[in-house]
Amino acid sequence: MIGWLQDILHANAVAEAPARVNPLPTVKPPVSARAEQGETLAKQLALVIDLNVCVGCHACVTSCKQWNTSGSAGPLADEKPYGANPTGTFFNRVQTYEAGTFPGTDTIHFPKSCLHCEDPPCVPVCPTGASYKRKEDGIVLVDYDKCIGCKYCAWACPYGAREIDEERQVMTKCTLCVDRIYDEHLPKEDRKPACVSACPTGARLFGDVKDPNSEVSIAIRERGGYSLMPEWETNPANQYLPRRITAVVDDSSVGDKK
Amino acid sequence: MNPAFSVVIFTTIAGAAQGLVVTLALALLAGMPLGGSFVSTALIIAEVMLLIGLGASFGHLGRPERAWRAVLMWRTSWLSREVIVLPVFMGIVALWWIALRMGVDTVLLPMAAIMVAGLLWYCTAMIYACLRFVQEWAQPLTRVNFTLIGLSSGLILATALAALAGETGLVQVVGPHALWVTLAAWAARMLALRHNAALKHKSTLQSATGIKAPQLVQKSMGMSAGSFNTREFFHGRTLAMLKQVKLAFIVLCFFLPAVLALWGIASGSVLAWVLAVLVQVPGLIAERWFFFAQAKHPQNLYYQVVS
Repeated sequence: MIGWLQDILHANAVAEAPARVNPLPTVKPPVSARAEQGETLAKQLALVIDLNVCVGCHACVTSCKQWNTSGSAGPLADEKPYGANPTGTFFNRVQTYEAGTFPGTDTIHFPKSCLHCEDPPCVPVCPTGASYKRKEDGIVLVDYDKCIGCKYCAWACPYGAREIDEERQVMTKCTLCVDRIYDEHLPKEDRKPACVSACPTGARLFGDVKDPNSEVSIAIRERGGYSLMPEWETNPANQYLPRRITAVVDDSSVGDKK
Repeated sequence: MNPAFSVVIFTTIAGAAQGLVVTLALALLAGMPLGGSFVSTALIIAEVMLLIGLGASFGHLGRPERAWRAVLMWRTSWLSREVIVLPVFMGIVALWWIALRMGVDTVLLPMAAIMVAGLLWYCTAMIYACLRFVQEWAQPLTRVNFTLIGLSSGLILATALAALAGETGLVQVVGPHALWVTLAAWAARMLALRHNAALKHKSTLQSATGIKAPQLVQKSMGMSAGSFNTREFFHGRTLAMLKQVKLAFIVLCFFLPAVLALWGIASGSVLAWVLAVLVQVPGLIAERWFFFAQAKHPQNLYYQVVS
């Protein structure tokens, strides 16, 4: 009784950080505040995806699934995993595109997860306040205990980044491994998202895009980082590094070499 | 989008109930002599329809037991606003009914009912119209259509109920309004269809991926079978079926009810109005189904090819 009264009174004020995987309670997770709509944050964690080196191995997909299905928030649904039409909840997908016309085609592997928009359209539409953007690091999260599974946030995301968990019937999405990156029980080198640790080619960079000297900011600045669907002005925090164009060597020029 | 039946039922049935209540309220405010038992029966019908709509809307929730939480974010969310306004409207209808039973004659409740019904149409439509990247919905006509279609169905229902109850005075006054509002709703819906047919979607595979090549195709969406993204955002029907549904709702929701209304006005036939209601119900469902199915969500660009 008191619990839900408190929820009504403090709906906008405070949201608990999601439960951490590691149960050892030595360091309390910081209570995270919600960013207001349109608020400029001092820190914004994000991924930068290097399309030059992604080889489409799906290691980020499986490592993401492994980490997030093993967490205290409960397993991510897998329905009919050995059936003809297996389906399940994933926070990260690697897609493949082909550019150009044969034979001069380019195959581009394209990982896609929540972009943690700086102006996330999914957050204000949430009727319960379960969806929110953290003030301290800009991560967009869903409080699974408050979600009513109305799916409106998924409709409000142009990127298709959110997936409902068909077993728990709540909306789920990439958390940027918020239960990992701050975990002081992990060795320092492991305090990054599972997908970043798993990538064998280093195609996934992780850091604060608001810090001009961070690895991600430098990569975006020096290598032409871009955002997806800029036409909707969502200001995605995650950015992509475009393929560097290498000159096409055609057959005639090969023969002419002196 | 893949139309959710719960939402289709909720928006059509609540829209018609709002139209019915608005019709009664306007008739009373205009000083029409109405039988008290007719008004209270009609209000009960409207309230039952709203309850069915409310029940259907719960069907869209994964966690219906937490539905009360949906009132919290009214500052930013149109869905939250709708969740607040719907029970307020139901409360006003119930109060009005109680006032009638107790013999209290007040203009305040009918006036409040009209205002809150309008607000509810606005909130319901804005849930869709505020999603700027679903371009089929993000246009002013969405609000116009939700209101006019709700009014049209409510007016036709009110006239049919009045005809059945022998309230010929009401039939003679409301009948013509039912006809012209239905024609207006038809015109507005056709304008929306024209707008959508001429629509140029802002997002392309190039803007979605940032890959500049003019020739760009997806080879794999990253999984071998479906996901939430392929189930929720694709209706999975053929274009031919979509065309048939469009034709069906133009005929059933607007054309035939208008013809039957004309017949009803000209002949005073009760059957005409009852038929108009019976014909319009599947038309309303087809119209709302099409409203959802026609919307192309930009996320679909990322989910085109299984391999």
